[in-house]
Amino acid sequence: MPDPQDVISREIAELAAKSDGADHPARDYPPYRSSGLRHPHRPLVAPPEAYAELRGPVFGATDVTPLDADLTRQHPGEPLGERITVTGRVVDRDGRPVRHQLVEVWQANASGRYPHQRDQHPAPLDPNFTGTGRCLTDADGVYAFTTIKPGAYPWKNHVNAWRPAHIHFSVFGTAFAQRLVTQMYFPGDPLFAYDPILQSVTDEKARARLVAAYDHDLSQPEWSLGYRWDIVLDGPSATWMEEGR
Amino acid sequence: MRPTPSQTVGPFYGYALPFRDGGDLVPPGHPGAISVHGHVYDGAGDPVPDALLEFWQADAEGRPGSMRRDEVDGSFAGRDGVTLTGFGRVATGLDGHWAIRTVRPAAVPYISVCLFARGLLHHLYTRVYLEDSGDALLESLPADRRSTLVARPERDGVYRFDVRIQGDAETVFLDLG
Repeated sequence: MPDPQDVISREIAELAAKSDGADHPARDYPPYRSSGLRHPHRPLVAPPEAYAELRGPVFGATDVTPLDADLTRQHPGEPLGERITVTGRVVDRDGRPVRHQLVEVWQANASGRYPHQRDQHPAPLDPNFTGTGRCLTDADGVYAFTTIKPGAYPWKNHVNAWRPAHIHFSVFGTAFAQRLVTQMYFPGDPLFAYDPILQSVTDEKARARLVAAYDHDLSQPEWSLGYRWDIVLDGPSATWMEEGR
Repeated sequence: MRPTPSQTVGPFYGYALPFRDGGDLVPPGHPGAISVHGHVYDGAGDPVPDALLEFWQADAEGRPGSMRRDEVDGSFAGRDGVTLTGFGRVATGLDGHWAIRTVRPAAVPYISVCLFARGLLHHLYTRVYLEDSGDALLESLPADRRSTLVARPERDGVYRFDVRIQGDAETVFLDLG
């Protein structure tokens, strides 16, 4: 029998009170129930060398088409929903731009439904929206997507569990060790406090880095609303990358 | 600068991240091609049907073309059959199984692996070694842990490598700083 929200919320509060200020979620985060059997018990091992992990895959002109960055133009008609643009810079921990690297996104449609067999949420699929996109960052590390604002949707972590609206991001750095898969949220979403996936980032400042900013200067008259979200890739420090270990 | 936190890949990446020929780092019939395959298991020993694995071999020093796009209809066009990009990506099947076709790593004796899954809030790195010999990481590990990183030869050119996320035979996962 799944727990009610108040049990989950109590666990979230207890773990928030014990936050160690970490940037990333603990892999063992009980309020997110499916983390229970899917986190290692033993500590991670620092390898004596990481020749391969300090390098990484490269993507280029053949790996994306210009249309891939516009999720509203993948079908004959216009998707339903609020048209938005999302843009920002990908940088490393020293603030250096991550140039010409791959950014992939996927998301639910405006009704909160994914075109995936396992998503049985009784909300309509949109024949004009798939919800996947990709682009390469430019020479300044900038990425940009045009899409529609995704809807919130229910899931079965606990009774009355709802995910706040989010866009999934997959980002590559110059090193495989900088790999990041994460989720971007929208400012002011009333579901934030109830969501164990967002709250798995127990440090409030770190959590805030997952929330995009509405930027009126990015909005286009009679067309779309603009959001800005910058991404900082973790991974080996610059020293580690230059000197090895 | 403080990094952007990780979040789980979730259950619904399947129509977004896997790409055609994702597990074929080299094409069928490539000289010296080997297959590496295995299952991903959770802490109860059950297969994980919604894991995503990425593989990286530094030999190629990274070349574009892993996920070539068809400019006519925007679909994945598959690899070009010539370029070794060093990058692979496969989702596990409903039985938790995955497989790739590649060549033996040369620059270093291992294939780098990055594991994502629903329920996993922050990806995990590990390595596939094809032999248990002379590597600094392997040398640093006790025998029972070390064996989790070494693929088992099944038959000529086919290696088995299971990933156990949690439990007694838990795979060694790496802290890359």
